[in-house]
Amino acid sequence: MKIIIVGCGKVGYTLVEQLNKENHDIVVIDEREDKVRSITEELDAMGIVGNGISYQTLLEADIAHADLLIAVTGSDEQNLLCCVIAKKTGKCKTIARVRNPIYSQETTFLREELGLAMIMNPELASANEIARIFQFPSAMKIDTFTKGRTELMHFRVTEDCLLNGQELMKIRSRLNLNILFCTVKREDEIFIPRGNFVFREGDLVSFVATPPNANAFFKKIGYDNGKVHSVMIVGGGTMSYYLAKRLLSVGINVKLICDDKTRCEELSELLPEATLIFGDMTDQRLLLQEGIETVDGFAALTGLDEENILLSLFVKKVSSAKTVTKINRINFSGVINALPLDSVNYPRLHTADTILKYVRSASKSMGANMENLYSIEDGKAEALEFYIKEDSKVTGKELAKMNIKKNVMVCSILRRNNVIFPGGSETLRVGDYVVIVQAGERLNNINEILED
Amino acid sequence: MNFGIVRFVLGWILQFEGIFLILPAITAAVYKEWREVIAFIATALASLLIGYLMRFKRPKDMSLYTREGFASVALGWFVMSLVGAVPFVATGDIPNYIDALFETISGLTTTGASILTDVEVVSHGGLFWRSFTHWIGGMGVFVFIMAIVPLAGGSTMNLMRAESPGPSVGKLVPRVKDTAKALYVIYLGITGIEVVTLLICGMNLFESLTLTFGTVGTGGFGVSNASIGGYSHTVQVVITVFMILSGINYTFFFAMIHRQFKQAFAIEEVRWYLAIIFGSVLIIFINIKNMYTLASDALRDAFFQVGSIITTTGFSTTDFDTWPQLSKTIIVLLMIIGACAGSTGGGFKISRILILLKAIKKELLMMIHPNMIKKLRLDGRVIPHETIRSTNVFMSIYIVILFGSTLLVSFDEFGFTTNFTAVLACLNNIGPGLDLVGPARNFAFFSPFVKIILMFDMLAGRLELLPMLILLVPQCWKKY
Repeated sequence: MKIIIVGCGKVGYTLVEQLNKENHDIVVIDEREDKVRSITEELDAMGIVGNGISYQTLLEADIAHADLLIAVTGSDEQNLLCCVIAKKTGKCKTIARVRNPIYSQETTFLREELGLAMIMNPELASANEIARIFQFPSAMKIDTFTKGRTELMHFRVTEDCLLNGQELMKIRSRLNLNILFCTVKREDEIFIPRGNFVFREGDLVSFVATPPNANAFFKKIGYDNGKVHSVMIVGGGTMSYYLAKRLLSVGINVKLICDDKTRCEELSELLPEATLIFGDMTDQRLLLQEGIETVDGFAALTGLDEENILLSLFVKKVSSAKTVTKINRINFSGVINALPLDSVNYPRLHTADTILKYVRSASKSMGANMENLYSIEDGKAEALEFYIKEDSKVTGKELAKMNIKKNVMVCSILRRNNVIFPGGSETLRVGDYVVIVQAGERLNNINEILED
Repeated sequence: MNFGIVRFVLGWILQFEGIFLILPAITAAVYKEWREVIAFIATALASLLIGYLMRFKRPKDMSLYTREGFASVALGWFVMSLVGAVPFVATGDIPNYIDALFETISGLTTTGASILTDVEVVSHGGLFWRSFTHWIGGMGVFVFIMAIVPLAGGSTMNLMRAESPGPSVGKLVPRVKDTAKALYVIYLGITGIEVVTLLICGMNLFESLTLTFGTVGTGGFGVSNASIGGYSHTVQVVITVFMILSGINYTFFFAMIHRQFKQAFAIEEVRWYLAIIFGSVLIIFINIKNMYTLASDALRDAFFQVGSIITTTGFSTTDFDTWPQLSKTIIVLLMIIGACAGSTGGGFKISRILILLKAIKKELLMMIHPNMIKKLRLDGRVIPHETIRSTNVFMSIYIVILFGSTLLVSFDEFGFTTNFTAVLACLNNIGPGLDLVGPARNFAFFSPFVKIILMFDMLAGRLELLPMLILLVPQCWKKY
């Protein structure tokens, strides 16, 4: 596909990086020359310095032959306008990033009226993800499938966990729950565990289950899945607003600390039920004074990644709260994973996932639509959801008799509102929503789960 | 420096050279020169084998940063020359290895300066290889490799930047691989058209191939002692046209193929290139008219020589050393100016000169309006500060190398014109200079030391100075 990306910030860079791996022709546009230069020097893309709204610049980027335009500049209005003009000049699909809470209520209207293919709001999506984690504190990360009916849960095996030192086969029969282990990450390697696999402390494990089953599972393996009643959020950005709003709506108390007086006042107007604290977020005394030791959840969402990490580490030390750390910019995932942080949220990767899903399903949708895509551990593995539209090579045959690739696993099927965890005798049918996990090569369509 | 990846890339280079060496072997076989066939095949096999061994172990770290990119390109050209010189010695065409190396580097860098006093006694295989090196070196081996081999991601841009001529290297299409392919398609296209045209003009296949390689690569090795002088007038005109075409920025052809004629002719560099050619031809024509009985001969010779020198090809139809001083001075200036950036030609490059002239104009205006803010533009686009800076640095390095080499070459005690134009001819990849290295003569009389200096100049000129100099910086060789 020929893809034009307007805006070379963090998200723009990550997008080029990901789309590069999938062999697309990419042209980037930005007004900042140094940003364009660094992308074109480090990655395989063509750069154009200019304003993405300008008709001339778009022509130069060969908009007439482009298949997709993604506008991810810092300004919502610029993104929207850029997409509208691209739509008028070319026949390409357009995706805009719109972050302002004022527009967030109107995304459907905007999308339909302006003819966009998709509007992304990574802050909102990330906030929802964090909110899910607070509702389910045992998990480190939760990806939802089939409209929330199944979830892919990620958690770390701790020392006193029931799983520690146990064989997968035995643990399954012992727990007697309908769950399916999908991936394990151990020492930078990610793989799909077989029956004789033995869990060890420190393993990052993911499994699919329905929400009630997941709850039962965590209880059985000895994780305290206590409900979170109060959350402290530091940082007064858009994401904090979305998160506070969401948490308040499910009845969780929110205390929000922000170091900007005017912003505090704004937020106080927008979130009447939240407690707004104006003060230096990095002041330990202030945090202790506001009861950090007794809070159930803590979200570090300031603009500085280093600050977020330090704050979470501090909170882990003084209290037993579930912490979520936002990492926007820095790229030291190896080091960060080794830190005793609970959950780490990367809004940048979130955006990339959403767009990759769109791009892949648009470039090759054979017989099945890609409904969801989540990358696991920096894209080393992926969980995908397909909706099977028509008969193909994968339908009507028993799973055990199909030649499915080694690193691919069919995790769950949603058929007429029933969630099925398929055994070998199950067949895929038209109308199924199928969740698949792969730990090897990328899948563009469902037929690729089969060996050639 | 990550030596693993450099070794790996050099392995690719050797394997490709092994494949290239098969063509002269075939030519030699056609002319039943069995000794040459064996020499070329043996070198080819050795090259393929060594290349294979070097590539056998994939390096742990496949990342190719600027430093590795530049060093690989410089070393790659050096290694290619070392191997390419072997068949000349083995066939006995050029018994001395230093001379053979000079000839090969001169070929690969598309210089066309020769140490052969009599070209016509050289075997067909040797002549073909000599000219074919022009074709390989013209567009560049690394560009060729990138068009074929899937090297790691965007960092391959570092290889392309080191090898492609011009102040800033842009892509024609989003992907490096496709850009490299597009360049080679245009290159092959021009080559094909010229070969066919020359065949129609009644030339045999061997001559039309070798002369085409010399023209489109802007090299300048001929296959007869009189260079192009011995061929018919039509052939001379055809070669003039193709030389001038080869000196044009390939962006121009790319735009033409995509029917963007307006954009193509809007390229400032191309316009100036053509203007300089026509201006020089006019002055030289008036200057040399009296030496000819027929005005058309004078015009044709003026056109050929100007086209040959500005594109840094170095073919000749007449000995311009016998021309009046004004014409000779213009020729020397054209040597320095060189062709367009992004072409196969060498020299300082017209776009760089345009940038420098614009900077001078800006500096003068700044004297009049000290607080003025003005951005320099080329083709209506603002020139990035980085490009202006690197152009200035290029100019400084160019001067240092030019005068430094002239000093070193003077150890041989020849006249100043000889020494200076010999360095100019090598550094700008032209071939002939003036006086003792004039078009009717050659470089055989220099001492081995001077030949080595000139070889360095040729490589530095072809790779746009920096990649060669980076090898001389000790930090480049450190592990970290």
